[in-house]
Formats: sequence, structure tokens, C-alpha cells
Amino acid sequence: MTDNAPITEDELHAYVDGALPADRMAAVESYLARNPEAAARVAAWRVQAAQIRERWGMVADEPIPERLRIESIAVRASGIRRKVAIAATIAFLVGAGAGWLGRDLSGFGADAQLARVLADAAIEAHRLYINEVRHPIEVRADEAHLLPWLSRRVGSPVRAPNLAPEGLKLLGGRLLPGSRGPTALIMYEGKGGERVTITCTRAGREGESGFRWREAGDIGAVAWVESGLAFVVAGPAERQRLDRVARQVHAAYEEISTDRR
Amino acid sequence: MGALNLAMEPAMTTVRRGLEPLIPALRRFARALARDGETADDLVQDTLVRALRAEHLFHGGDLRTWLFTILLNLDRNRRRGLSRRPMLAVIEEVDPAGAPSSDGSGRDIERGLALLPAEQREVLLLVTLEGLSYREAAEVQAVPIGTVMSRLSRARAALRAHLDGELPQLRRVQ
Repeated sequence: MTDNAPITEDELHAYVDGALPADRMAAVESYLARNPEAAARVAAWRVQAAQIRERWGMVADEPIPERLRIESIAVRASGIRRKVAIAATIAFLVGAGAGWLGRDLSGFGADAQLARVLADAAIEAHRLYINEVRHPIEVRADEAHLLPWLSRRVGSPVRAPNLAPEGLKLLGGRLLPGSRGPTALIMYEGKGGERVTITCTRAGREGESGFRWREAGDIGAVAWVESGLAFVVAGPAERQRLDRVARQVHAAYEEISTDRR
Repeated sequence: MGALNLAMEPAMTTVRRGLEPLIPALRRFARALARDGETADDLVQDTLVRALRAEHLFHGGDLRTWLFTILLNLDRNRRRGLSRRPMLAVIEEVDPAGAPSSDGSGRDIERGLALLPAEQREVLLLVTLEGLSYREAAEVQAVPIGTVMSRLSRARAALRAHLDGELPQLRRVQ
């Protein structure tokens, strides 16, 4: 481009927007000096831009409302991501296939680690107590203080969802020691005498994960983290059934956290 | 616990750290675009949530441009939604003599902008209010740079006609 090239409309805009190359500046200015109509147009555009900045410029100086703070946003984002992860896991489940459920789906390596540790502990506890004929539990389901007691000891509300649709009846619960603090164990019994347990302990962190499957012999477990709690559903290694149970448990807790928001 | 958090963090913080200083500009842009403050902040909130959720999709590039792209797409969805729900949108008063104005022309810049087609309003705001280059504006709108220039040109002409008190017909200047 040279000083002598004709002036284009684009160059007039660039002039107003401070985007004109330096070597075209003189040409545009002399053009404007000779063309009052073009000069009036350019002046009007400048006024528009100034009015726009005057009208909305100060919005950027307003204090940022709580809901737009990055911390609040991060919480929401992880909530949505959790739903996506779970949906992906469930979709994966429907498609079936062996191996570690969802291991590579959500990409939460730390959660996988946590889930594995807790699932192993839960399977251990499950094995220990399901074979206990006389004292599988400490507090029976019909004792009103079961959930308040477990909630108090775990430090977070503990639920015993209704699993009747899965043919499971609540027997009761007990408290276990755990690497992350007291762990609630809730036990259910099926028609065939098979037992399913839900363990719930504080995860020691916020964050959410998809469902993860763990199998040890004839016992299977679905583990996940949500709302600061780590859950493991353990029972006879029928993955589809345990996954349905896990979803019931997830739904029961989802109600609580939704109420809190 | 610390270790668990750390393992999740790296990807998060890069985008998050970059995001935070851009929030005021996003609010400003959204406010000018949507006019209503609550609606504007809803847009910003959804934009930020979406950005954090999709942070793994962001591989370098200009974070600000990316955010404006998300915001504009959300705004388009929002307006599409509004047009399907005819009675929920507030009908704008079309009162030429009304509204006090700051410049004495009888119509202020806000109303003038509201009368522009959305894509022209977007370009004008991206360029004048947010200081995006034409190339960046083209990227945000996903159109060639020539389209940005013609939108900008039409926006400025229409706005000028409006602010000058709606001269019968804008003279076609060549």
C-alpha cells in the first residue's frame, strides 16, 4: 500500500477503530480534509463509539456478584460435569462390556484411586458382616435413631433409600472405622437372603466422580464420590443390579444437595 | 486430601486463572447485548460454567475470544427461545418522543443499538466496547473478515441515521 492508493470504506472504519496501519494515516487524514461528507461520517462513528463506552463502560467496574465469582462457577461446573460423567457411565453400562466401568470416561484419576481404596474396604466389610447371621448389624432398621446416629458420627446426613423396587429390605446399620473417619454401613437383605450394603464416609474433599465398578471374587461394588461423601454399594457381583441400586442411592442424595442449593 | 485435589487441579487452574480477570468485560459486553442486567449476568454465568466444563477443549489460543464466542452462542439460543415464547418478552416501548436522552437527540444510543439486527449489534459492541480486532470479531462470529466489515458498516450507518433523528432515507454515499 502506498499513500496514493484510493481510500476505502474499510480504512475509514479502521481509522476510527485505531486499526489503521501507520503508513496510511496521512493519506486518510488528507482525504478526510478534502471530503466533508466522509469527515462527518467518521465524526459520527466516533461519537457512537464514545456513547457506547460511556453507556456501558462502567459495568466492568461494578463489584462482581457472588454467583459470578469463579468459585461459585466452579461448583456449578463440577455439578454439571458430574451429571455428564454419570450419564456417560450409564450409557456405557447400557452398552455393557467388561472391565473397569467408566475408568477412562471422566478422567478423574484421583477419584479412581479413592474409589478403589474405599471399594476394597467396603468389600472387606461387606464380606465380614454379611455372613454374620446373628449380629450383622448394630442398630436395626426399626430403631428410630439409626440414621440420626450414623449421620452424627459420619458428620453428614446419611440416608437409607427405599430399595424395595430392587427386592431389598432394610435390615439396619452399623458404624465402622475407616481411613477417612467413621463410616456408616447400611445393610439390606433380598428375598433370596442375599445382602447388599451401602457404605458412606466423608470423602475429605469436594468433587464428584462417575460410578466405578470393582469386583473381588463373588462380591462386586460400585463406588463414587459426590457432595463431599464417598459411597460404595456392595453385594453379589451382579453389576446391573448394583448399578441400579447405586443410582437409587445417588438420587436420594441428589435430593438433599438440591434442597440445599 | 491435598494430593487428591492437586491431581484434579492442573487443567482447571489454567483456564480458571485466565477466566477470572475477564469476568468484568464479559459482564459489560453481556449487559450491552441483553440490556437487562439479570439476563446479562445469567448469560455470563452460563458462559463461565460452560467454559469450565469444556476447559479440556480449550487448547491455547485466545481465551477472551473463546469466551465471547460462547457468550454469543448462548445469547443466540436465548433469543431463539424468546421468539418461541412470544408473550414472555417485554414489548419494547416504541415511543420516538419518549425516553429522556443524554445527548439531546431524542433517542439514545441504547435504543439505537436495540434496533439493529443482532449480528450488527454484536460486531459493533465487540469492536467499540470490547476493543476486539476485526480478525478477532470475525473469529467470534465465525464469519470471514469481509462480513465483519460490512456488518460494521451497516451498523454504523443505521445507528447514525437513528441518532441523527431518522433522516427520511439515509443518502447512499459512495
